[in-house]
Amino acid sequence: MNRRLNDLFASRLMLGVTIFACLIVFLITLVLFQKAGLILTTDSLSELISSAWNPWNRQFGFYPFIVGTIWVTGLAMILSIPVSLLCAIYLAEYASNKVRVILKPLIDLLAGIPSVIYGIWGVLVVVPFVRDYLAPLAGATTTGYSILAGGIVLAIMVFPIIISVSEEVLRTVSFEIREASFALGATRWQTVKHAVIQKSFPGLVAAIILGFSRAFGETMAVLMVVGNVARVPSTIFDSGYTLPALIANSYGEMMSIPLYDSALMLAALILLLVVFIFNITARLIMTKIVKRS
Amino acid sequence: MMKDPLKPILSVQNLNVSYGEQQALKNVTVNIPEKRITAIIGPSGCGKSTLLKSMNRLIDLTEGVKYSGKIFYHDTDIFDAKTDVTYIRKKMGLLAQKPCPLPMSIYDNVAYGPRIHGQENKKELDQIVERCLRSASLWDEVKDRLKAPASKLSLGQQQRLCLARALAVDPEILLCDEPTSALDPISAQSVEELLHELRKDYTVVIVTHILRQAMRLADYVVFLYLGELIEYGPVEKILKNPENATTQAYIKGIFS
Amino acid sequence: MLVSTFIVLGGLLAVITMVLVRGVPALSISMLTQTPKGGYYLGKEGGILNAITGSLYLAAGATGLALVISLPVALYLEEYIGKSRFADFARLMLDISWGIPSIVYGVFGFTIMLYIGLKSSLLGGIITVALFEIPIMVRVMDEVLKMVPSDLKEASYALGSTRFETVFKVMVRQALPGILTAILLAFGRGIGDAASVLFTAGYTDYIPTSLFDPAATLPLAVLFQLGTPFPEVQTRAYASAAILMIIVLSLSIISRMLARKFAKHIVA
Repeated sequence: MNRRLNDLFASRLMLGVTIFACLIVFLITLVLFQKAGLILTTDSLSELISSAWNPWNRQFGFYPFIVGTIWVTGLAMILSIPVSLLCAIYLAEYASNKVRVILKPLIDLLAGIPSVIYGIWGVLVVVPFVRDYLAPLAGATTTGYSILAGGIVLAIMVFPIIISVSEEVLRTVSFEIREASFALGATRWQTVKHAVIQKSFPGLVAAIILGFSRAFGETMAVLMVVGNVARVPSTIFDSGYTLPALIANSYGEMMSIPLYDSALMLAALILLLVVFIFNITARLIMTKIVKRS
Repeated sequence: MMKDPLKPILSVQNLNVSYGEQQALKNVTVNIPEKRITAIIGPSGCGKSTLLKSMNRLIDLTEGVKYSGKIFYHDTDIFDAKTDVTYIRKKMGLLAQKPCPLPMSIYDNVAYGPRIHGQENKKELDQIVERCLRSASLWDEVKDRLKAPASKLSLGQQQRLCLARALAVDPEILLCDEPTSALDPISAQSVEELLHELRKDYTVVIVTHILRQAMRLADYVVFLYLGELIEYGPVEKILKNPENATTQAYIKGIFS
Repeated sequence: MLVSTFIVLGGLLAVITMVLVRGVPALSISMLTQTPKGGYYLGKEGGILNAITGSLYLAAGATGLALVISLPVALYLEEYIGKSRFADFARLMLDISWGIPSIVYGVFGFTIMLYIGLKSSLLGGIITVALFEIPIMVRVMDEVLKMVPSDLKEASYALGSTRFETVFKVMVRQALPGILTAILLAFGRGIGDAASVLFTAGYTDYIPTSLFDPAATLPLAVLFQLGTPFPEVQTRAYASAAILMIIVLSLSIISRMLARKFAKHIVA
């Protein structure tokens, strides 16, 4: 009897904890929404989308940050997608088992490196590189702290997630399809291009979406190299400012200027919602694929 | 259906089991006699394992399972909601097809059962472990390395360990699901000899697709075909002189 | 294709070596064993012991707290509610939580702390980082628990175990290496993350002595030291980064080695 009670008690407790874990997302959304509510009611939508960001003058135009975030993330994706996908294809289709067993942990290692380390690397290597090599090449002058620097650092940070998800997706394409293609005399590349990638296309898209989501929310590394200037960038060599960097940098002043904290909560809420939507989309695609296979 | 003069320890009545859309057992009624070896035979997919696993309610673990009917164990219906499932399972040891040692040492594997049912005394546990390992003919081979991981034993040894583990909870019935099919001939033989020895003290129900094994071991035979009980009786009768035409055909080897 | 793989590996190598190359020479015993003395940020004496201990306390506390919640959740998902819609929903929610940027956790943690009147402290950081680590841990543990063979569970039930006993005495043992990996992985993420502690753990030159003291952390130490105009202090930032890097890398290697060692009891 005692054991039965134990069992029952344990399962109720575990249920409670699980419900709590599920609710974390909702809790965060609610809290942020509540705090952001203040600025949503006092400023109109057009004011919030304007380019004027002067908290001291009660101007909270988020446009520069939204644009900055999109530019940096977009650039990172452009740089990262081809490299990551090709690497994933190599791992899944061409690499021998021995090679794969060595490479995969190494790529996972990349995923574990803290963002400040990427940031420092960015400051030491990427910023001078942009300033001294890339910018003159394009005929521009820059301090190096730029959208481009942010994009490069972010691209490397995003490699592991795109690679690991893509590789998994490619591996699930059934062996029969590959066999059938080879039996018809196709080369490995033709098989990959026409058979495997076609089938795994949605999964690859999901991998990219997840990478985008990760890049969008990345704070530290970007903060250290992007320049943190609140204006709409006109070239990639310009400095910019992203939403996460804004939140992180404004910590000190947040409480002293009225409505500032509410504005920052709104920024966090926007981040949350964007990431939320992207993640759900990617997950839905993935579950559909899993169901199919 | 035979009327048997021996007291049944398990009485299955109108058992229906289905997994989702598929019905695995249709209206099976059979008695399992006490302290005898009963073999359940039949072609693949006829429901042998399902019948066996109904007896200790292990089918509860399968998703989407539905069942009706009663199984009486000593006057208690094991399907009754008030019945303590863990007690029933304790009284029935399971020997599965694939030897499955728990991820612990040899000693802990055997002691696991007694421990969860409340036995904490070290001396008594030592005695239980030794007794069961001896009954399973494994004691001499492992007595010097009781703390070694059980996964390091050979397959035949692992199966005997699983037998010792099942005996340690002091069951009345041993349910065996094709216990020798994963083993080499020599290990298989030793497990068979053990089961034969054990019938002095335990009731054994063994599922097998090897007719010769049934012939060697069993006192009673239950023949299932496509989820239905076709015939059941003493081994001599069923295997040498069955009444039912389907049974005859199976024995002659057409279906297996 | 091979080229792109080399780019990726090259990137990895570049980051690691650069940080180590710049950082390790700047390391000294005093960096590791002293807290910042007066004028440290202007280039004078001291070390980052405050950040090292602060980070270790924080990550250990957060990982411990996260473990207490994550292990039951993962076990519940796997063994109690298996394939139900609730389990799918729970997994979806946890996946979303996994994707939430750490700065959002930081902001959330800060808001809650304001609400309950908790100042920037070790405790605040622990709770926030724990929230951040839970989705990571549950996900890895979930994968590992899925691989526990079903006949193992059957064998346990057949002996008359309750579900609680099967879960905690058999499944956890079988999955132990994977669980350890999950713990170390989460620890590594927790110790390296800056955005979640920026608002919640505060910063101080002292080693925290109570849960309510503010705590310095290595990532923030790197950030702040890099931001000064003094090159000597900036060099120290590299050294701090090197220390952080070494910790994270060693954790990764140790977790793999432990996983192999503990695999001895596992049933194949």
